[in-house]
Amino acid sequence: MNRRLLPLTVTIALFVAMAVFGAVRFDGFLSLQVFLNLIIDNAFLCIVAVGMTFVILSGGIDLSVGALIALTSMVSATLLNAGWNPFAAMAAVLVLGAAFGALQGFLIQRFNLAPFLVTLAGMFMARGCCYLISTESIPIDDATYVAIAQARIPLGFNASLTIGGLVALVLVAVAMRIAHASEFGRTVYAIGGGESSARLMGLPVDSTKVGVYLLSGACAALGGIVMTFYMLSGYSLHAVGLELDAIAAVVIGGTLLAGGVGYVAGTLFGVLILGIIQTLIAFDGTLSSWWTRIVVGALLLLFCLLQRLFEGRTPKPA
Amino acid sequence: MKRFTQHPLFWPVFTLALLLAASSLFNPSFIRLTWHEGHLYGSVIDILNRAAPLIVVSLGMTLVIAVRGLDISVGAVVAISAAVAALMIGGSFSATVEVQSENPLWIALATALAVAAACGLWNGLLVVKAGMQPIVATLILMVAGRGIAQLLTGGQIITVYYPPFFALGNGFLLGLPVALWIAGVLWASLHLVLSRTALGLFVRSIGGNPEAARVAGVRSSAITLCVYTFCGLAAGVAGLIVSSNVKSADANNAGQLLELDAILAVTLGGTALTGGRFTLAGTVIGALIIQTLTSMIYSLGVPPEVNLVVKAALVFAVMLLQSAEFRELVARGVRGSLSKPLGDKPQ
Repeated sequence: MNRRLLPLTVTIALFVAMAVFGAVRFDGFLSLQVFLNLIIDNAFLCIVAVGMTFVILSGGIDLSVGALIALTSMVSATLLNAGWNPFAAMAAVLVLGAAFGALQGFLIQRFNLAPFLVTLAGMFMARGCCYLISTESIPIDDATYVAIAQARIPLGFNASLTIGGLVALVLVAVAMRIAHASEFGRTVYAIGGGESSARLMGLPVDSTKVGVYLLSGACAALGGIVMTFYMLSGYSLHAVGLELDAIAAVVIGGTLLAGGVGYVAGTLFGVLILGIIQTLIAFDGTLSSWWTRIVVGALLLLFCLLQRLFEGRTPKPA
Repeated sequence: MKRFTQHPLFWPVFTLALLLAASSLFNPSFIRLTWHEGHLYGSVIDILNRAAPLIVVSLGMTLVIAVRGLDISVGAVVAISAAVAALMIGGSFSATVEVQSENPLWIALATALAVAAACGLWNGLLVVKAGMQPIVATLILMVAGRGIAQLLTGGQIITVYYPPFFALGNGFLLGLPVALWIAGVLWASLHLVLSRTALGLFVRSIGGNPEAARVAGVRSSAITLCVYTFCGLAAGVAGLIVSSNVKSADANNAGQLLELDAILAVTLGGTALTGGRFTLAGTVIGALIIQTLTSMIYSLGVPPEVNLVVKAALVFAVMLLQSAEFRELVARGVRGSLSKPLGDKPQ
């Protein structure tokens, strides 16, 4: 078996094990709706994590995504209240997110700055811009948004999916295609494997590096739109710390933080594992919410140690 | 003059001086110091006092960054240390009456610091023994650590109403705040240890080239472990100061985003994020810049929301100034405008 598929296999096995555990332990756990809710409740996390997967595959990191989601929700709410057409507002925030990401990518690529710091400053900037718009939560009562928020797509067996969940699943499918069957995707893997080799191979390293952050910014904006469907409000404290959840989902999904190795499908399962932990804790009812953090931390540790085993013992510089 | 401007501390000191000058311009009473009931009072003292926890954490962060590491778990360690101290002293959820400490105060403080140092050691082990990237290794504790702190406090804010404990964050010694003494003593002793012994050289050599340092006989693993442990310990000290200052331990919010401020303070001070070059004095100045900026924004009556945007702009500016590519671009632009035909581009 391909060694590189092993972390992904472990991730999927872990998810199945947790699902079986839940099914045995709790009545009513084993229903299609419970599993669809994993996607519905974590749709925005899934969307952001897909963008993050590309960034991490290229050997970078993007800490600005949580703040960018909040900014998207604030700008959407403001535009809608100003009477914008809802679809024009969505397009505007998507462009905003992509431009924000591209600017960060440009700084990282052109001036050879550390992605960690640039996106950290980007996070401050986006959060700060939210506060500049308003420190209060802005409700959204636009008819189209409310309709989209309440729409359910029936899937049979008394189960249904929201538009946000559907967007997340479609994005995962598109991203898998981009990652594994496009020039952009192959270049991302090559950069993560070794930037100078990628350059020597004549691959468009510079534009791809900017493109990766552009994609992550656009995904964050899309995640922000889906979150506004979910919350029906714009608020500067939406999605605090989401970037960590996204990174955790990517790592648990089997992507190496050093870059170059990983699968978008793994990220989907990473998100599902984060979701199922919360669902299990909710079903249990006696465990407090902070156990989520501790379990996620433990899983991160497990997967990082596992990755070190597969990587061999050649420490890469940070 | 040139030697003066090229001193590594020139830009940090210049920025701080500029901020202080601006503050006193807007608020004439800013620089006034008064002696009141045996304590020194004034805005400057206030800034120094409030900056103390950040200075302490940033000193630990400086050393971690100097050995090519990064510790993003310090905020969580602050929360853990505060929670442990509060529990050991015997804080409760809604106490406003004075309590008797369940354990002697020094045992409570020592336990909190020991737990914090153990957190640092854990990070160090993951980096050195398991060979993880520092940011990943400390991400684990950053995620789980706050959960552990919430577990300890039951997710509640624990009030500690025990006057001897207040001294750390609110007390005065010889007219100056105790927190400032702690930060000052920590800085002075670190400075002595790193400049009077070979340790400073070892740390620089590990940061410069870990492999070369190891081959040259520097015990890089042991030193790196110690550096991470110290960073955890420093975060623990900061946690004690913070919780003593607000007389409570808040697992959800204590030290929130502190890791980012600490990294920012280290960068502002002129320590290279690539490792090898570090300056403790610069870090102290960097922390003071952040606190002065915050205080200035508050005292100007500017909505505190602007604070984040200003901070972000500052980070971008500092990062670009530290980037060789950017400096070259600017130099080329200046030269280009001075003499229009520019033949060969310097590569």
